[in-house]
Amino acid sequence: MAYSDKVIDHYTNPRNVGTLDKSSHKVGTGLVGAPECGDVMRLQIQVDDNNVITDAKFKTFGCGSAIASSSLATEWLKGKSIDDAMKIDNMDIVEELALPPVKIHCSVLAEDAIKAAINDFRVKNGLAPIESEKVHH
Amino acid sequence: MNIPIYLDNNATTPMDPRVLEAMLPYFNEKFGNAASRNHPFGWVAEEGVDYAREQVAKLIGASDKEIIFTSGATESDNLAIKGVFEMYKDKGNHIITTVTEHKAVLDACKHVEKLGGKVTYLPVKEDGLVDLAVLEQAMTTDTILVSIMYGNNEIGVIQPIREISAIAHKYGALFMTDAVQAVGKIPVDVNADGIDLLALSAHKIYGPKGVGALYVRRKGPRVKVTAQMDGGGHERGMRSGTLNVPGIVGLGKACELCGLEMESEAKRLSVLRDKLQAELTVLEESYVNGNVEHRLPHVANISFKYVEGEGLMMAMKDLAVSSGSACTSASLEPSYVLKSLGLSDDLAHSSIRFGLGRFTTEEEVDYAIKVTKESVTHLRELSPLWEMFKEGIDLNSIEWAEH
Repeated sequence: MAYSDKVIDHYTNPRNVGTLDKSSHKVGTGLVGAPECGDVMRLQIQVDDNNVITDAKFKTFGCGSAIASSSLATEWLKGKSIDDAMKIDNMDIVEELALPPVKIHCSVLAEDAIKAAINDFRVKNGLAPIESEKVHH
Repeated sequence: MNIPIYLDNNATTPMDPRVLEAMLPYFNEKFGNAASRNHPFGWVAEEGVDYAREQVAKLIGASDKEIIFTSGATESDNLAIKGVFEMYKDKGNHIITTVTEHKAVLDACKHVEKLGGKVTYLPVKEDGLVDLAVLEQAMTTDTILVSIMYGNNEIGVIQPIREISAIAHKYGALFMTDAVQAVGKIPVDVNADGIDLLALSAHKIYGPKGVGALYVRRKGPRVKVTAQMDGGGHERGMRSGTLNVPGIVGLGKACELCGLEMESEAKRLSVLRDKLQAELTVLEESYVNGNVEHRLPHVANISFKYVEGEGLMMAMKDLAVSSGSACTSASLEPSYVLKSLGLSDDLAHSSIRFGLGRFTTEEEVDYAIKVTKESVTHLRELSPLWEMFKEGIDLNSIEWAEH
């Protein structure tokens, strides 16, 4: 399968690979996917007192599209408020990376990872997790 | 050294220039229909086909009258399985095969089931080999055919063919083998091995695509298959259709070359393969899949744990290899062959098949080792699973959300 230039760029030079201190109450961690399915994403956000994401890191086990989707997600997250981050839609990722239909699940996983990280942060700070009512495309 | 490097010789092989040279005259100068009996154009074409038939027969220790030319091994597998089932259905309706066969065999067997046949799909042991005791237990008085591959296309393991054919014959069944990966790579002898039907393909042995053969035993016993294609009654009535003369000539030449060079080639390739394998299993948490003693000389299938196969292949873009991971094919399941060995899905997803060939050089293997090592290391740095493993976290203790 031919990958788009943007997927290849993110895959070759992944942004924001790394690990934040998951025990910090300022850090939210989302771990989604399963090894059996061939992709696991871990996405972490560092949030300041104004509920703005100041840093984001990821590590992903998966195909090129999964790695690119999570790399792109961390780029988008930095500087966004938590509320705006919740609005990131998997189809935005599909569009930006020109993912083919068989790779849409990679973008879904990235969106799930963002929401899981935000909810982990919320729960750590005494807030209720936000239930996602969205039906994935 | 030309980049990318081709290490997918189990999928297909480049045609040997000597094969191409042998074929060329049969496209224009010697274009006749081998079935045209009444003019020299036909005779010349027929001569080319007859010679090729001898070349193919010689490589597998058969007689030329036992070779049926087909469009490739998929057709040969179909003709053998469906043809035997139809021809011998009064004798019995049971066929035995294994779960690690090529899809051409598995799907032909599924077709037979739709026609009222019974098929037993034997499991394999962890090393990919058939358990002979399990085979024998599966044999019944209704068993007409045992179809078990010679060498596996994904992991390269070689089945105990002589022992298997002896069991089949003990119970009065025929023995068929898909020998696509073995013929031309290791010695195959239909008589010594007790083979009644054998499928082979030209493009796996440095010949052209679109041509193959089915060996059908003529003596002790005389085996017959019901034709699956109706028409002019070519190939002793078993396979109608104008013969693909250039392709057949190419297959013949390819077989001749394998016969001459196979022994030295197998030695050279096994040295290179063993080097590749030894260097790559130096990496932590890397495992060779399948039995390493009973294995084709040019194949190594290795799982690199905590790295996903398709992602790995993308990093190894200078190498043309194949992965047992799901994402590479239309289906989302990882390799059924690797799963049959009892590999967990995550290890199956992490596998890469290296298939060396006649034109593989040591320089290329050295480069492949370097690229693979770098890629695995790079992707492990990106892998959350690798990080967890390094921290001593048991991945099985995590509740994964399967999607």
